[in-house]
Amino acid sequence: MNVRAHMSMLFHLDKCIGCHTCSVACKNLWTDRKGAEYMWWNNVETIPGAGYPTQWQDQQRYRGGWEWDGETLRLRLHSKAGGLMKLFYNPALPELDNYYEPFTFRYQDLFNAPAGDDQPTAIPISKITGEPMEIKTGPNWDDDLGGSNTYAWNDQNFANLPETVRVQMQELERVVFNYLPRICNHCLNPACVAACPSGAIYKRAEDGVVLVNENKCRAWRMCIAACPYKKVYYNWSTGKSEKCILCFPRLETGQATACAHSCVGRIRYLGVLLYDADRLPQTAMVRDGELIDAHRDVILDPFDPQVIEAARANGIEDSWISAAQDSPAYKFVKLWKLALPLHPEYRTIPMMYYIPPLSPIVSVIEEELYRLDVSEDIRDFELFDRVEAARIPIQYLANLFSAGNGTIIEAIIRKLLAVRIYMRRKTVDGVIDEKTLALLEEAGTNAEEVEAIYKLTTQPNMADAFVIPQYHRESAIEAWNDPLVHKGETGLGYIQPPHRGE
Amino acid sequence: MKKWTKETVAPIERKWEEFYRNRHQHDKRVRTTHGVNCTGSCSWEVFVKDGIVTWELQATDYPALEDGLPPYEPRGCQRGISFSWYLYSPIRVKYPYVRGVLLDLWRKARETHADPVEAWQSIVNDPEKRTSIQKARGKGGYRRVRWDESLEIISASVIHTIKEYGPDRIIGFSPIPAMSQVSFAAGSRFLSLLGGTFLSFYDWYCDLPPASPEVWGEQTDVHESADWYNSRFIAVMGANLNMTRTPDVHFISEVRHAGAKLTVFSPDFSQVAKYADYWIPVHAGQDTAYWMAVNHVLLKELYVDRQVPYFMDYLKKYTDTPFLVEIIEDSSTQEARAGKYLRANRCAEYSGTENGDWKLLVWDQLSGRARMPQGTIGHRWAQQQPGKWNLEMRDPQTGEDLDPELSFAGSYNDTCLLTFDDFAGGGTVKRAVPVRYLQTGQGKVAVTTVFDLLMAQFGVPRGLPGQYPQSYEEDTLYTPAWQEKYTGIHRDTLVRFAREWGENAEKTHGKNLVIIGAGANHWYHNNLLYRSAITALMLTGSVGVNGGGLAHYVGQEKLANHASWGSIAFGQDWGITPRQQNAPSFHYVHTDQWRYEQGYSAYDRLPGQSEGEIRDHTIDLQVRAVRRGWLPSFPQFDRSSLQVARDAAAQGAANDKETINYVVSQLKNGKVGFAVEDPDAPQNWPRVWFIWRGNAIGTSAKGHEYFLRHYLGTHDNATAPEMAGGYTTEVVYHDQAPKGKLDLVVDMNFRMDTSALYSDIVLPAATWYEKDDLNTTDMHSFINPLQAAVAPAWESKGDWDIYKAIAQSVSALAKTHLPDPVQDVVMLPLQHDTPDELAQPHVLDWKTGEVDAIPGKTMPKFRVVTRDYTRLYEQMISLGAEIEKAGVSAHGLTIPVGDEYQRLAQRQPHTMDGKVLPSLYEARDVAEAILALDPVSNGELAHRAFEAEEHKTGLNLSDLAEGLREVRHSFADIVAQPRRVLTSPTWSGIVNKGRAYTPFSLNVERLVPWRTLTGRQHFYLDHENYLEWGESLPTYKPKPDHLMLDETQIALTTIQDKKLWSKMLNLITPHGKWSIHSTYSENDRMMTLSRGGYPVWLNDKDAQELFIADNDWVEVFNNNGVFVQRAIVSARIPPGTVFIYHATERTVGIPKSPLYQKRAGMNNSLTRVRLKPVLMSGGYAQFTYALNYWGPTGNNRDTFVFVRRIEPPEF
Repeated sequence: MNVRAHMSMLFHLDKCIGCHTCSVACKNLWTDRKGAEYMWWNNVETIPGAGYPTQWQDQQRYRGGWEWDGETLRLRLHSKAGGLMKLFYNPALPELDNYYEPFTFRYQDLFNAPAGDDQPTAIPISKITGEPMEIKTGPNWDDDLGGSNTYAWNDQNFANLPETVRVQMQELERVVFNYLPRICNHCLNPACVAACPSGAIYKRAEDGVVLVNENKCRAWRMCIAACPYKKVYYNWSTGKSEKCILCFPRLETGQATACAHSCVGRIRYLGVLLYDADRLPQTAMVRDGELIDAHRDVILDPFDPQVIEAARANGIEDSWISAAQDSPAYKFVKLWKLALPLHPEYRTIPMMYYIPPLSPIVSVIEEELYRLDVSEDIRDFELFDRVEAARIPIQYLANLFSAGNGTIIEAIIRKLLAVRIYMRRKTVDGVIDEKTLALLEEAGTNAEEVEAIYKLTTQPNMADAFVIPQYHRESAIEAWNDPLVHKGETGLGYIQPPHRGE
Repeated sequence: MKKWTKETVAPIERKWEEFYRNRHQHDKRVRTTHGVNCTGSCSWEVFVKDGIVTWELQATDYPALEDGLPPYEPRGCQRGISFSWYLYSPIRVKYPYVRGVLLDLWRKARETHADPVEAWQSIVNDPEKRTSIQKARGKGGYRRVRWDESLEIISASVIHTIKEYGPDRIIGFSPIPAMSQVSFAAGSRFLSLLGGTFLSFYDWYCDLPPASPEVWGEQTDVHESADWYNSRFIAVMGANLNMTRTPDVHFISEVRHAGAKLTVFSPDFSQVAKYADYWIPVHAGQDTAYWMAVNHVLLKELYVDRQVPYFMDYLKKYTDTPFLVEIIEDSSTQEARAGKYLRANRCAEYSGTENGDWKLLVWDQLSGRARMPQGTIGHRWAQQQPGKWNLEMRDPQTGEDLDPELSFAGSYNDTCLLTFDDFAGGGTVKRAVPVRYLQTGQGKVAVTTVFDLLMAQFGVPRGLPGQYPQSYEEDTLYTPAWQEKYTGIHRDTLVRFAREWGENAEKTHGKNLVIIGAGANHWYHNNLLYRSAITALMLTGSVGVNGGGLAHYVGQEKLANHASWGSIAFGQDWGITPRQQNAPSFHYVHTDQWRYEQGYSAYDRLPGQSEGEIRDHTIDLQVRAVRRGWLPSFPQFDRSSLQVARDAAAQGAANDKETINYVVSQLKNGKVGFAVEDPDAPQNWPRVWFIWRGNAIGTSAKGHEYFLRHYLGTHDNATAPEMAGGYTTEVVYHDQAPKGKLDLVVDMNFRMDTSALYSDIVLPAATWYEKDDLNTTDMHSFINPLQAAVAPAWESKGDWDIYKAIAQSVSALAKTHLPDPVQDVVMLPLQHDTPDELAQPHVLDWKTGEVDAIPGKTMPKFRVVTRDYTRLYEQMISLGAEIEKAGVSAHGLTIPVGDEYQRLAQRQPHTMDGKVLPSLYEARDVAEAILALDPVSNGELAHRAFEAEEHKTGLNLSDLAEGLREVRHSFADIVAQPRRVLTSPTWSGIVNKGRAYTPFSLNVERLVPWRTLTGRQHFYLDHENYLEWGESLPTYKPKPDHLMLDETQIALTTIQDKKLWSKMLNLITPHGKWSIHSTYSENDRMMTLSRGGYPVWLNDKDAQELFIADNDWVEVFNNNGVFVQRAIVSARIPPGTVFIYHATERTVGIPKSPLYQKRAGMNNSLTRVRLKPVLMSGGYAQFTYALNYWGPTGNNRDTFVFVRRIEPPEF
């Protein structure tokens, strides 16, 4: 057992409102500068939809992530022609149009326009060239466009769904959308790290954050192609790759990442997961349908004395172990089995997790009238018995979060509904009857667990949602500088900023 | 084979990480918020680095509410977090600007006129010069000027206008004071001291729900968002919480996990629909039909099939259902209808009671006769026997308990076949009600209860004769089968919903919540829509219960400390009577939009009125409403109000009373007229317009193109024909409508928005990160500060300082032009929350001789105000002593503040005429004054307010404030942490011990009456106008169709002539995701995250028919104007509609219209305002005017447009 600690984020998609406050928080802090205009380290996508960059999930096109042929795991990028061949010409790389050409407007014309015979207006111009441009795409182009026959239609996750379902989702009866916020997954088996010819990308030992060393990066851009989530970006001004840094300057000072802090839907949780680095091969190299079980297995029980001992042996501090015990990520992912990684079949072992969303019940159209597809007798939250009647198809969610395994999604949806049914009985009827307890059992849960899920879903304050362990920065700095000296020097420019070609 | 990634420890290699750490370092963090027209009131921290604001993040230290509620934080949305972009952006107004045409004329005039006022006169009195300024509006040519030069032009125009036309020709507009109370007050105080006219906003925005005054006598009072979490059944309708209540919607997602059910009514699959249990896409604007049928089911199953004690008790105690209504037989038609509430003084037993016309009766089953209970409005304003205004069901004279009968169905003297209107079918139905007979002074009358009327109106069969349906399947008013054709919703779904609704309320005792918004309130018949849903809430005992009731969230604002703020904002501390104008009437009249219609009968009809039958034009009703004192109207007279006072003095009037007598006599004999009777005469035009904190010419301008034409006199794209000629009786009709009524438009802004672009002068305003202010909301119960994180950038100033500068400049010029105090006759309508509510038991007109002209009774009231313009500036910057004497007031309560006033004068002294007054010099001083003198932030004043309420009600109430008497929230306190407001009778919720604010809990739990006729919640409205218009009971009226609206015919001709491929669609303008109204919409961040524009959303099948593909350019037009943008195509949009998220700017990315070759406009280019006459009712209980409380609203959702695909247009 080789115990490691990892900072993980969890997204409760049932609570996500698609507001993009997270995205703007991130942009304000990190990518509001030349060369980074088009980067959205944090973005929010409408599902179904084409995403950003457009159709990033199409690995036929982008060749991101790993391939496992039953024996060997190799970067998909390298699997056809040799990797070196692509160092100089890489057709898998997304182009600017796959992201978007950043634009702004010539606002100053409103002040400077000479007197004329019509009203001035600020016309759209490119942030790259400064020239007038036509806006054809953006980082959030299919926002709220569930029933779009242009964008949603081309969502990769419909691949194995019957055509009829996809057609119905363009109609009143079944039209639906939800959101998918995305940051770097800070994977355990990161394709970007593996693909970097310069060895510029690394995973931090203390918290698992994956970073591009801005001094070492040589602009090969293999990371960009290799990342199946397209979460590494090329800064055309500095000539370096950049990516989500999980706001490590904030984590190191006990503050939540900007995206999590600003999440007004309160969908995000931050917490430590302990995992067994020795089990990585067993986690990445199993059949698709077993990936989630394997993923859950790599995460360790922080209360297990053996795990604690092994963690300590690996130099993990007690404060991190206790943070792992309090970790909302641990509870949702491992204990309650409600949260799943995004596209585990990319086999990068992503460490950010998603709770799949509930959705309204479908309807039927009878003689041009809209009729909810519910049975005559009143039964609260009837989707419990008919998960297939949820507007978002189970299989669609399975394609996103469980490598196609619908059983896993069904179990989660039913457990979420069990919480609601239990709480309704408790707060509306005032009693939990036998029938309700039986229902909990059917959902693979019990009253105690349901109460705990309820509490962490609805009641957390910032300290409950973001369990951030203590970082001992003085110890880290001590390895190269006396912290007392550092106290006087930091910020005065002793530490060089990166330069192009360095 | 794969080599597994090894984590990196080596810190030396990781020195480079400082790159990002350095970025994150900052010099300062400052708590502030956003003062925009948004109800977020989110606490933010702004991060300053190198003296530059770099970013913002939410502050997360709200005090917690009671256990079991999720915490509020973080609060703040994508728009708020993008604000820092504005400070240094290229759209920032950094300096004062004046348009070149005006500037050149001004400088030239100043060369020959040493006096600025004379210089101004030489320009505006020259028609050619005046027109040249007007024609240039909005068309470039701005020039940067010095502050003092811009101030001189402004003050010269103000002085000229006062002298020439009177001060009420100077108007001002700024919306939503709660969001930056001091900044708002800056201008409203300046205008009030000046005698200018302040325009309302809440009703103009159509955000005021008239149903709230109708039912509750309350402008709006709603749940703080945490209270949603107490609900167990939530129906969201016309409200897209994810979009518009972004910081709070988590309570909705969370309460679902606490066991609540969520149903979303929205014609489109909206953002909030995503986590509904049921999404029910009722056809746009047809929610009324749906809820009418829900009520049918509730009444049938919960009141007839069986009775639920909780519901029965609730109705008796808290609603008007047991009150007696007289049956009136029309001798000509032989039809019987429900008439007015039977007045107590008609019975011998109560004939001598004070205010007997305003006390009502119930049938007491203990004594077996009609009895007068406490709590009606006659008790509220009682002089002789105060302390009986409460909801204890007792006879006020004997103290006996009463037990009112809800229904006579079990025991009646007779049944009476009443006529009910079927507006949908166009006829009437006859349904019997049980009646009892009563002896009155006028003989025997038949009465029934409101409850029995409801049963008949909703068609609930109880074995009584008449056209009652026998089952839900029968297509008769208002059955589940009936509603299908309007809503598109299957009856089974409706019945299912209604049963779940009832069951939830029965089990939880009313934890049923309707969250309602603009999607419901922006329709012409919004009051009926709301009443239909409120009916379902009252029938289930849900109002006044935590987690239950109607939560209306549309541009609503909760100025928590309105008692003290109102006094300061409207100069009442100086004893001033402010001129407060309802903007819908004002703009309808003065933008001449009334000229483009034939009047209401085109789109709204009286019962029995046949199609095409013309009675009156809406403007006629408007004039009558003014004459009767129902609505305000400025400019008030057809000449200067100062002149009228001078004339009175010349005629020997020696005091205020004589002056007023003179005015009344002149009005009576027609020698003085109301300006509204001839709005197009030059002497009656508004002349100078101040706009701040809002977008009055842009997104606030319904009928925007008419604003451009008639107010500004610049270009426009309206093609509508004038059609009022020959249809009006009360106004002078000029064949030629005036173009360009305004002499000067001044805008204060931090961004170059549509209003700034079309003004004459733009003054640079500080942003919300550059000034001090106060901010409250009804979404939560905390008071937040705005604070300057950095100094006002470039030459900008805070609003308070701008108006101070203008006031100073005006006072300086007044020394020459208006050196002596002048008298001003101010006209105002009958006022809500005053004894004026008892003014008019009947609708009678003094002009036609039906009744005497008595100010404050049958006509408006008049006040004589003395103004000393040389002292205006001094008054502006100090808190007048009138407030020390008179106290502050709200809800009809007066709260003494003398000691607190003195303490304030010590803390922030300003010496004026040798006396020490509290200073209002700095914005922060104003904030301190507001906090110090209001019961929600001063515990002692809360206690005094309850004592005042105790006196009126005879109830014990002051215990609610007892433990908090020491509390004094200061500005420093709210900077340290948001502070929670205190329980106060200036509101209706009890928030002690962290309890979530829910409206009307004070009424339900402590038996304080609602401020209505009965003192209870009203199902029935017996104002004579309501009886006449068929809206006395909740009812359904069909939506006006495109032919009735008369705004597409010219466009249709164009289409036919030019052979354009196009289609007519209903224009829906919901609130958007990427802006708060127009603010943020052109912000770089928001533009990037949306589509770089203001897209036009179309249904996929409609788009296909029009050959429109996603991102194609489209032209949207009707007779009112044109809008050009790109399309988004999606099946989530209902067919037959086009969505344009409301509040676009025409300043960014708007091309020229291919049809008209001119710059295409904005969403309001497609609208024209239509006033609903019944909402003009006044002088009667809750139907009595107050600013932003009552009056017709600026509805705009009944709009039809043509849409067509165009080739990429020219910019």
